[in-house]
Amino acid sequence: MQLRQKDILDMDSLSTVEIELILDTAAGMKEISLRPIKKVPTLRGKTVILFFYEPSTRTRTSFDIAAKRLSADSLSISAKTSSLVKGETLIDTARNLEAMNPDILVIRHSSAGVPHLLGRTMAASVINAGDGMHAHPTQTLLDLMTVKEKKGRIQGLRLAIIGDIAHSRVARSDIVGFTKMGAEVTVCAPPTMIPAGINALGASVTHRIEEAIDGADVIMMLRIQLERQKDYLFSTVREYAKYFGLNVRRLQKARDDVLIMHPGPMNRGVEIASEIADGPYSIILDQVTNGVAVRMALLYLVAGGVRHADSD
Amino acid sequence: MRILIKGGKIVDPAVSEAEADLLVVDGVIREIRPVGAGGEQAACDRVIDAAGKLVMPGLIDMHVHLREPGFEYKETIESGCAAAAAGGFTAVCCMPNTDPVNDCPELTEFILKKAQAAGTARVHPVAAISRLSEGKRLCEYGELKAAGVVAVSDDGRPVESGRLMRRAMEYASGFGLPVISHCEELSLAGDGVMNEGAYATKMGLPGIPNTAESVMVLRDIALSELTGCPLHIAHVSTKESVAAIREAKKRGVPVTAETAPHYFTLTEEAVGQYDTHAKMNPPLRSAGDLEAIVEGLADGTIDVIATDHAPHAPVEKEVEFDHAPNGIIGLETSVGLTLRLVRKGVLTLGQMVEKMSLNPARILGLTRGVSEGLPADLTLIDPEQEWTVEAAAFRSLSRNTPFIGWTLPGKAVLTMVGGRIIHG
Repeated sequence: MQLRQKDILDMDSLSTVEIELILDTAAGMKEISLRPIKKVPTLRGKTVILFFYEPSTRTRTSFDIAAKRLSADSLSISAKTSSLVKGETLIDTARNLEAMNPDILVIRHSSAGVPHLLGRTMAASVINAGDGMHAHPTQTLLDLMTVKEKKGRIQGLRLAIIGDIAHSRVARSDIVGFTKMGAEVTVCAPPTMIPAGINALGASVTHRIEEAIDGADVIMMLRIQLERQKDYLFSTVREYAKYFGLNVRRLQKARDDVLIMHPGPMNRGVEIASEIADGPYSIILDQVTNGVAVRMALLYLVAGGVRHADSD
Repeated sequence: MRILIKGGKIVDPAVSEAEADLLVVDGVIREIRPVGAGGEQAACDRVIDAAGKLVMPGLIDMHVHLREPGFEYKETIESGCAAAAAGGFTAVCCMPNTDPVNDCPELTEFILKKAQAAGTARVHPVAAISRLSEGKRLCEYGELKAAGVVAVSDDGRPVESGRLMRRAMEYASGFGLPVISHCEELSLAGDGVMNEGAYATKMGLPGIPNTAESVMVLRDIALSELTGCPLHIAHVSTKESVAAIREAKKRGVPVTAETAPHYFTLTEEAVGQYDTHAKMNPPLRSAGDLEAIVEGLADGTIDVIATDHAPHAPVEKEVEFDHAPNGIIGLETSVGLTLRLVRKGVLTLGQMVEKMSLNPARILGLTRGVSEGLPADLTLIDPEQEWTVEAAAFRSLSRNTPFIGWTLPGKAVLTMVGGRIIHG
């Protein structure tokens, strides 16, 4: 069983069968990270370029560790600004990288659609590690993996995503990914943070956090970016935390088996109380652990793998 | 020089739509007569068989970016005029956002000199409303008009100050110049790069709401009413703008409006997987907007079809969607795309001629028509000659259009300016 396309661009372009394949493969990969010698030879001789146009610690480290555990040669390139500023277009940069024959390019970029542009240009497989406000498919896959691990299923679950939906690629990908796998998704934020036509993606909308929490099996809190104040998205951090933050009092209204997620980095005390982030319902660090497994699975599958890596 | 155009069907609402022979002598339409009458073919220097063709008053594209001076790698006055001629246009109005900006008589004269040297389509420059289009000081409209300018516009940049727009309209009306407004409220457009809505949300692209356009349309209509200055709204893209213009016309406000072929042909879904050839300003809108634009064309609310021909080099468009410049070329596909509306029964051929020739002429104070004694600025169209849009065939220096590969129902087969054949 293989993936149909060479690239992992967004959750729309993955079928449910492919998502199941990725999650199953990731479950197998997870065990490798628990061994004393955390390395298998599966991708020996493959080159993985981690091309990050936006700062990232977690995602880049996760991909880097994933590549190294599969014995691929990985290298990181950072760029603070678009290469256009330096006088070279992105396409030219891509063509230069391509000339060095990499097998996989992992790209993060502040502009939506850059992975699509590179995927069209390059023979290497392109994995989207986050593009603008558009998509973050590897985050969604690790979210799916973590929820499935804890609940045994995705089908029929209720996911609430609370925070700045308008600017969140995680929210977009999670809406598409979780609804595709049979969950119901509700988004919650002040109207300034709900983008036009979000229901067309399959989410229902509420502006009251109590409604979002009520009956949710999984609650995903999103980071509130303080600079959005300047764009008039909210009044004050204090008021945001009061009306849209997840605190202990609110959590008491949630289901007894609720799971709390956060894609990080967190603003403790703003969108999420520390007691909750560190509490028994939190699966925030499981997300990080599974991130490595999911990225190992994706690197393996886009490199053309047909067997489970741990049989190698 | 005597040219006989034989047996074409004349499309000019002022004339009956009959087939006729047209005799052009020394650049002027000398005689329109029944087919075959007259019989002194031998005395003509050239006989053009126009059987099955439409003979239209020379088409005018009143919204074109010729890019010279400053951006000659995108387009030159010569290449742009060649593209115009190939697309059936006898005249174009070039917008002032060149480098330097056309805000003085010297630059207007430079453009006209270059156009004359090119010797194809006529060029009628539009000058800036404000110096450098910076929205601070008025340009010298009197001097500019004397140099050959037909209108003023800060196209590409809205006039943010209501006070400046008011004064520009008052001052321009004194010199008999219409004001063309690029209607955009910048703080509402924000960092948007496509139409706001479900598609932009799905693609993760910041959106531009319809309101960013219509709120400025409403302001400028109010200023036109206040000042009495003829106002022409450029590139209308939203249903709210169409409604506002329709209502203003009913009240007798001297407002006219144009839209571009892409707004009556494509919707936001043309953005597809981040196709920068579907990025323009204003953006491609929703299906509901497209419907309102088509209705506005049919009922006369929208007076003009103009292309907003905006050449860009491939290297500029082959970039991140949000970094790509706005606009597409349009001169060579406009007739074909408009004929699609005719074929669908939305527009009559007479309306097509009004929107692509007679109305622009009226708004800009030019003369057009198929009548005896008028200059022989004519466009011959074969409404049945299907063709496929190919990048390699463009006369424009640029290739940025989403219509490559489209099959269009007809095309201009001959373009004549003052009795000279510049295409065909």
